[in-house]
Amino acid sequence: MYHKNECEGFQCEQRMLEDSLGQPNGEFGILDRLVAWFRQRSLFVLAYGTGCGAIEMRPLMTSRFDAERFGIIGAPTPRQADVLVVSGYLAIKTLKRVIRSYEQMQEPKYVIALGSCAINGGMYWDSYNTIKQLDQYLPVDMYINGCMPRPEALIEGFVALQKRIKRGDKGGYARYRENIDWYKANQRKVLGDNMPPDYTYDWYHTGDLA
Amino acid sequence: MIHHLLDALAMLGMSYVIGFLFYGFYRQFNARVQRRWGPSIWQNFFDNMKFLFKSETVSHGAMFFFGPMIIMAGAITTVLFVPFLKDSIWLQGFSQSGNLILIIYLLVVGPLGNALAVGSSGNPYGVMGVTRGLTRLMGLEVPFFLGLALVMLQHQSASVHVIMAAQDGIANWNLFTNPIAFIVMLLPFIASQNASPFDVVGAPVEVYAGPRVEFGGRLLGILMTQNMMMTVAKLVLIVDLFLGGATTVPILLVKAFALFLLTAMISLAFPRLKTEQTVDFFWKIPLALGVIGVIATVWLPWS
Ligand code: SF4
Repeated sequence: MYHKNECEGFQCEQRMLEDSLGQPNGEFGILDRLVAWFRQRSLFVLAYGTGCGAIEMRPLMTSRFDAERFGIIGAPTPRQADVLVVSGYLAIKTLKRVIRSYEQMQEPKYVIALGSCAINGGMYWDSYNTIKQLDQYLPVDMYINGCMPRPEALIEGFVALQKRIKRGDKGGYARYRENIDWYKANQRKVLGDNMPPDYTYDWYHTGDLA
Repeated sequence: MIHHLLDALAMLGMSYVIGFLFYGFYRQFNARVQRRWGPSIWQNFFDNMKFLFKSETVSHGAMFFFGPMIIMAGAITTVLFVPFLKDSIWLQGFSQSGNLILIIYLLVVGPLGNALAVGSSGNPYGVMGVTRGLTRLMGLEVPFFLGLALVMLQHQSASVHVIMAAQDGIANWNLFTNPIAFIVMLLPFIASQNASPFDVVGAPVEVYAGPRVEFGGRLLGILMTQNMMMTVAKLVLIVDLFLGGATTVPILLVKAFALFLLTAMISLAFPRLKTEQTVDFFWKIPLALGVIGVIATVWLPWS
């Protein structure tokens, strides 16, 4: 639930996001450490080419910058992906698809938002059909700014994400699960009746992870 | 009893380790050909471990879950029925009680389990992948079995041990005494490893992701594991049948690696064929060669 005692709704956003940032979890034993290490060495990327930023994913993956040497490789379907890269501005229509893709990914999963459009709207700030702040709708783990960020910046972002995974930080997926109602309320605000179907996130409510 | 248990565990462990190291090497090799650094040699192990520790929330009923188990069971039994070493009591598994015919049956368990699981998921891309896979299977099975039959004919035995024992010394390797059978066998072998000219089923980086499209998380981890083990089982089988087997583990590694390198190079050099091109190819060249081989082995006077 997103309700806090001292603040209400919109006012809590900042704190909620900050609260969930540094939470190195208490029981981070040797096995967890090992698994976290494997995890950060192997990131399957679902590159969702929503905006112009998608152009920079190609050089990142191919011979010039070769992300595979970090264990970063493209995933063909959301089911097999670990990282969702939202590259650029998101039209409201696209947002629905992105949410659906994100909810199909298996945990642990991470979101990287690319470019100023995903951070604060960028040059589409006053557009009638794009969203401004991606992290109101999906939990973003790593922002890479720039318009558009170069592959070097992308690599730096990925490496920073790897460091956080190695530290054992619970990613945004935990935040999404805990604050699912808040995220859903935000999504409903822009999507209206056009929400993606319930069954892709039902299991967040029942709380059991198969 | 204890011996058998240890032996079986050693074989499974070995096939897994060799599997991911070979695949890691393949990815690096691939990367160097494409002028990049490529991942570390352990990358496949990392990927596999990561998937085994992911959550699995997708469910399409019981068959979706049992399919990968069936495939895994197929891989494990195949590994256990292929003798890794000759003239040794270790790394034999249950190969004394099985023979080539049994191994042929076990090789089909994988595709069958795949078809069952993917069929129950109902994903059109997955079904498309299975259709492609079964079509390709139609093409590659006939020459593959013909190649095996040629070897069995040559040695008048279906036992891998007998065939291995007959190849003492490099001049007696079936690779040299029966090269036609080797070629007939090699091409379907490449296809069954899902390597490049015939990899339309898995088709990495294509729009559709093949039969595995619905699997993520743990089930995909299991599928990756069995794939690596199965690859090693098939490599060792070919080493046993054509390269004279191996008496020690290092020799086995060298021979299997040489074979793997050969398939890797072929698959890097040739682009992907379409499904019907694959079937066409198999029913023309390897099959024709196989028929010639049968004629040469059975009817011609010098045989
Ligand atoms: S940040 Fe710039 S490059 Fe990226 S989507 Fe927006 S306008 Fe395009």
